[in-house]
Parts: sequence; C-alpha cells; structure tokens
Amino acid sequence: MAVTIRLPHVGESVVEGTIGAWLKQPGDSVKRYEPLVEVITDKVTMEVPSPVGGSLSKVLAQEGETIPMGAPIAEMETDEELPETPPPPEPSVVADHGQPAEQVGTTGYLLKDVAPVGPTGGGPVPAQTSLPDAETSVGGARLSPAVRRLLREHGVDPSRISGTGMGGRITREDVLNYLSSHSATADPASGDAAAQDQDEEHVPLTPVRRMIADAMVRSASQIPHAWSTVAVDVSGLVSLRADSRASFEKQEGFDLTYLPFFAKAVAEALAEHPTLNASWGGDKIILKKKINIGIAVAAPQGLVVPVIHGADKMSVVELARAAQGLTGRARENKLTLNDVQRGTFTLNNTGALGSISSQPIINYPQAAILATEAIEKRAVVRDDAIVIRSMMNLCLSFDHRINDGAEAGSFLQAVRGKLEGLGPGASLY
Amino acid sequence: MAVKSVIEAVREGIQEEMRRDPSVFVMGEDVGRRGGVFLATQGLLEEFGESRVVDTPLAEASIVGIALGAAFRGLRPIPEIQFSDFMWPATNQLIGEAARVCYGTYGQLQAPMVVRIPYGGGIRGGLFHSQNVESFFFHTPGLKVVTPATPYDAKGLLKSSIRDNNPVVFLEHKKTYRLVRGEVPEQEYTVPIGAADVKRTGESLTVVSYGLMLHYCLEAAQLLAQEAVDVEVVDLRTLTPLDTSTVLESVKKTGKLLIVHEDNITGGVGAEVAALAAEHAFDHLDGPIVRLCGPDVPTMPFAQNLEDAYMPNTEKIAQAIRNLAQY
Repeated sequence: MAVTIRLPHVGESVVEGTIGAWLKQPGDSVKRYEPLVEVITDKVTMEVPSPVGGSLSKVLAQEGETIPMGAPIAEMETDEELPETPPPPEPSVVADHGQPAEQVGTTGYLLKDVAPVGPTGGGPVPAQTSLPDAETSVGGARLSPAVRRLLREHGVDPSRISGTGMGGRITREDVLNYLSSHSATADPASGDAAAQDQDEEHVPLTPVRRMIADAMVRSASQIPHAWSTVAVDVSGLVSLRADSRASFEKQEGFDLTYLPFFAKAVAEALAEHPTLNASWGGDKIILKKKINIGIAVAAPQGLVVPVIHGADKMSVVELARAAQGLTGRARENKLTLNDVQRGTFTLNNTGALGSISSQPIINYPQAAILATEAIEKRAVVRDDAIVIRSMMNLCLSFDHRINDGAEAGSFLQAVRGKLEGLGPGASLY
Repeated sequence: MAVKSVIEAVREGIQEEMRRDPSVFVMGEDVGRRGGVFLATQGLLEEFGESRVVDTPLAEASIVGIALGAAFRGLRPIPEIQFSDFMWPATNQLIGEAARVCYGTYGQLQAPMVVRIPYGGGIRGGLFHSQNVESFFFHTPGLKVVTPATPYDAKGLLKSSIRDNNPVVFLEHKKTYRLVRGEVPEQEYTVPIGAADVKRTGESLTVVSYGLMLHYCLEAAQLLAQEAVDVEVVDLRTLTPLDTSTVLESVKKTGKLLIVHEDNITGGVGAEVAALAAEHAFDHLDGPIVRLCGPDVPTMPFAQNLEDAYMPNTEKIAQAIRNLAQY
C-alpha cells in the first residue's frame, strides 16, 4: 500500500519548513520512527522520523525546497496504517463563565439511518469540489494576497520593502515600485552562472545560511540600532570563579564558565528595566513578562540561539546547568523547538572569540542584545594609583524606538554593578 | 446623435419591437389609456390598438399569470408591474412557474416574457413605492435579471430581453427615468444580456454597481480623480447572468473592490460579487472587499432625513473609495 508522508506540524508559530537533507533515498527501506528527512524551520533544525515502516518510493519535496507544514513530502510503500496526525493543541480556556463542566454540543448532527421523509424524499448529494491549495504564508507580517503573490513570484523578502499603506502595511504598489527600482531578478544569490568571474567561486547558500541572512537583513533594516559600551571590573568574579571551579566541576561534572554569572546579572537587571525585555509593536511597546535569555552558540551548521526560559528565577548553578544542556544540544544539532522559542533578550559571549568590542545585530524582534567581551588584565586607576585589574567590556545594541540612551545606560550600569559586586564567597545557589 | 431620457428610451424600445414582431404586446395597470403611470407606454394604444395594449385590473398575480399563459401559446408579452412594491402577489407566477417551466418540461415549453418593473428609492416614495427587489429574482435560477442605468443600455437591453426566449425581469430605476439622459442612436441596435460594461477605466480600485447607483459612483470617481485616486467603474447592467469575467478582470487589475447598491446589504448582489472575487481573484486582492449598500431596515423610510440616511449617495461613496484607497 502506498502512503503519502506529510511534513508534520511541529509548533504553534511554525508554518513552513525547508528540506535540509534526505536521510533516506528512494528504494531505501525505512524502519518506523527511523529518521527520514532533516527539516529546517526558522527556529530549529530537526530530524523527522518516519511515521511507518516500509520503503521510500518517491521523494516529493527536494532538498532546499521550502514547503508549508502538512504538505506532502514523500511516498512510501508500507503494510502499516498511517497513524492519524494529532490535531493542533486546543487554545487553553482562560475563564469559566459559569458554564457546565460538560461541553454542550450546539451544532446538532444528521441521523444517517433514517429514511428520507416527505413527498420528494432525498436525492444523492453531489460530491464536494476540492478547494484550491492553501496559500503559503510569507513570514508573520500582515500581507495582502496580492502582495504575497508578487513576493512569491519575484522571490522578494518583504523585509526589504517599506510599507506606505495603513499602519505601515506593504501595499501592492509598494512591491511594484520596489520591483521596478530593483529591476532585478530579485534573487542576487542565484546569480547568473555565466557571469561568474574566473577569479571567484560562488558557493550556493545552505538553507541555514539563507535563514541567518534573512534574519540579519530583517533586523538591520527594520530596527534602528544604537550602541553603548561600558567597562566592568570583574576581578572579584574572576577570583570567585577560580575558587569555585574545582568543587563545581567535581559536583556538576562540567566546567564552570563565566556565562551563568553574566546571565544571572542580566536577568536581574532586566527585571529592573522592563523596557529592555520588550519588543516593538508598531503602535505600541510590548513588555515581556517572562525573562527568557537566548545564548548565541556557534553550532557546526551556523549560529543558533537556544533560550534559557525563566532565567530570572534561576541561581547561578541552575543557569550553568541550563546553558550546558543547551550548548551541548546545539553542537550536536539536537535542539528541540522549545529550546529555541520565546526568547526575550539575547546574550552573545563574543569574549570567547577574543573580541574586546563588537556591535551585535539585535535578535529580531527583541529590544536589545548584549555582548560580553574578553576579560583581560588592564592597568587602571584606583584611588589615584595605577593597579592591575581584570577588566571586561559590555557592548549593548538596542532598538532606539523602544529605549533612549538613558534607559540603555541605566541597564548597563545595573549589569556592571551586579558583576562588580561579585567576589570570593558569593553563593552560587 | 439624439439625447434621450431613460423613459423615452424604454418607450422607443417597446415601440420598435412591437412594430417588428406582431406577437409582442404590453399589459398592465394603466398602460393603455393612461399611457402608464410613468408614461412608458404613452402613444402605444393609439398605434397598436386594444388587442396589443391591454389595460388590466389591479391584480398582479393575474397580470403575470395571463402573460405566462400567452407566452406558452407563442406570444411575447411585456407585462408591467406598476411599482416593484406591488410585485409580491405575482411572485408565485414568476418564481414558482415561469422560472421553472423550460427546465421542468425539458424545453418543450418556453416562457418568453419581459416583466417590466419600475423600482428603487430616493424619490420620496415612502414605504410602498421605493423597494429594491432584485435580490429575490437574482437568487432564482431560470430568470434573467436586467438592470440598466442609462438610456442607451435601457433601450438596447430591453430589445434583447423581448427577443429572449426566457422570462426576463427588467428593472427600471424610477429615479433614472427623467434624471438620466444620454445619447441613443437612431439606427437599430441591441445590447447583449449578460455583458457588464466598464463605464470608466482606472487603475487604483474597482467599483462595481448598477442602476441609479452607477451614476453616483461615476460622480464619486470624478471627485476622487482630483485626489489622484484612479477609479474604475464597472456597470453590471445584467445581474443574471452575471458577467463575472469582466468583474474579475477589473479586480485583478486594480486589486481592490468596492460594491455599491441601493438594495439592503444582507444577501444582496454585492455579497455574491464579493464571494466571486474572494474565490477567484484572491491572489490579486490588496485590500478587503467592501460593500456600500442600503441598511437592513424593513423598507424605505418616508421622512426626507431618513430616506437620505438610507440612500447611498456620491459623498458616501467617495468616502468609501477614499478609505479603501488608503488601505
């Protein structure tokens, strides 16, 4: 029996996925739950297991192709029944307005075993005509059908077009104007091979690279970035870590890094500065009640940003464990969707790469991103004497629509104060 | 070319067809001696005599029923319902019988008849002389429904309707009778049933209308041109069969659709046009499909201020266009 395998729905806000690589080829036999295909979403890369055992007969979605969730991706020969896909989760009920505990059906139903009544009885019902294929969604922005079609036809990313319609909506005219001014085949990446210079090598984009590029363009073009840097004396933190390192490793089984201390200070400072834990809502500022800190991790395929949820409720040790788990899964390419969703602020440990100053691009649509730079011993002036201290720069990029320099500066001072307050003897729990 | 009113164009159309085809005759209340309350049949009694211009009692069911019987026997009657508001006693003859007969007899019986119905408000006609009745017939398969707005279309479509072998509901908006004038050729011509007409071409958005409202839409389009909004106005002219391809072509070009009619909004012609655009031009829509129609109140109010509130007019239409253009 031939069955059609569809791209499963993997998360609430995920509407499409890109086929990264087929792990089985047509003709291969596949066991039930054996990884079948690698799918890249804008959140995470995952392996989709085969819902049945059998043999892969036909691949319907090619590598690199982006398709909506639920679309057919392959055909398989199998003796097993295709399990029914679970329905999407019901939205949770917020309030109970004195309704009876039991659900009351209000739609009624048709009796099927009752003979037709009346002088004319009943006739056969014509078969329902099939509906046209559902449109693919382009990002989360409010785009009219006409705009979606034009973007799709010309392969244009909507973030490159500024809208002039109501509430900043991109109108059909905006797209047409953009197309005529960029008289382009729109996709510079798939440039003409004939035009390729002898001295150049053109490397096709991997889906991950393409997604990173799109995310960066969206942030850089839509968010007015402003920057600020402070120097922090982390001598106390350095001693604290040095003192705790051995016992920590013995107890926890992994090395104690500076990251959980940074995350702790940032989470506390965010709680005091809610507009830094926010996003731009067009005609409003959206304050996030949860503090979920994303950590930029250089994974083998490219940059990923797994998220520590509820970071403000965690101790240094808990943060260390969470970060250890996330970075480990990121490097093994095993992050789950939950690991990468709902971040409210991003921490970028550029110091690990030896950087002492950077201007990170905000992780859209968050309000800010903080880079923690390399810790190095510097000669600094204390009480009119030159002393050697362990110093580190904190570099903040922030969305200037949401915050001015005053708020950003106050936030940085708060983080600095918390880090400088650390010293030998401070509790990690 | 001669400039004529809608009522003159209607009269000429009937007259020419009666001269051309002896099986054509008119019947209705006051259509003979009085020449019709709107004078649509003035002079016909003198020219064609009492056997082809028949004054009837105030009995609409009989008017349409007798016409239907005559049509079965090979004549081409043009029954007149004096005001659309008086139509209801005749609806069983029209919807229950005339619309079904060809289908029900597998074409053995046909009902070539044109039920002329003056309709519409804005004329201080109050509760019983102002109704829009098109949606009832628009919903009924087996009838053709024609709603001209100009003298040229009224005459050309009336002649096509008389020659058609199906029952046609021919709706003449009372306010256009003497208010709307236009060129009408001297020589013989017809306008095909089922063909909409783009009365004004434009690129920014499409306005679909018919009847009296068409003229207000054209005025509004003129106003908006001064605000650099380039409006295309489509006159449906015929509601059944509906010229979907002209409407869809225009919507695909402009990406925005406003539908204007005087008839109340719910379940009206606009709902059907909107559904067609949503289904067949979805990928081209750059804004919500908008309807500007009469409100859902039981009938046209009599008080001037309330009638004004009911009726769509140039200003209301201009504002609706403006809003949609800005979307």
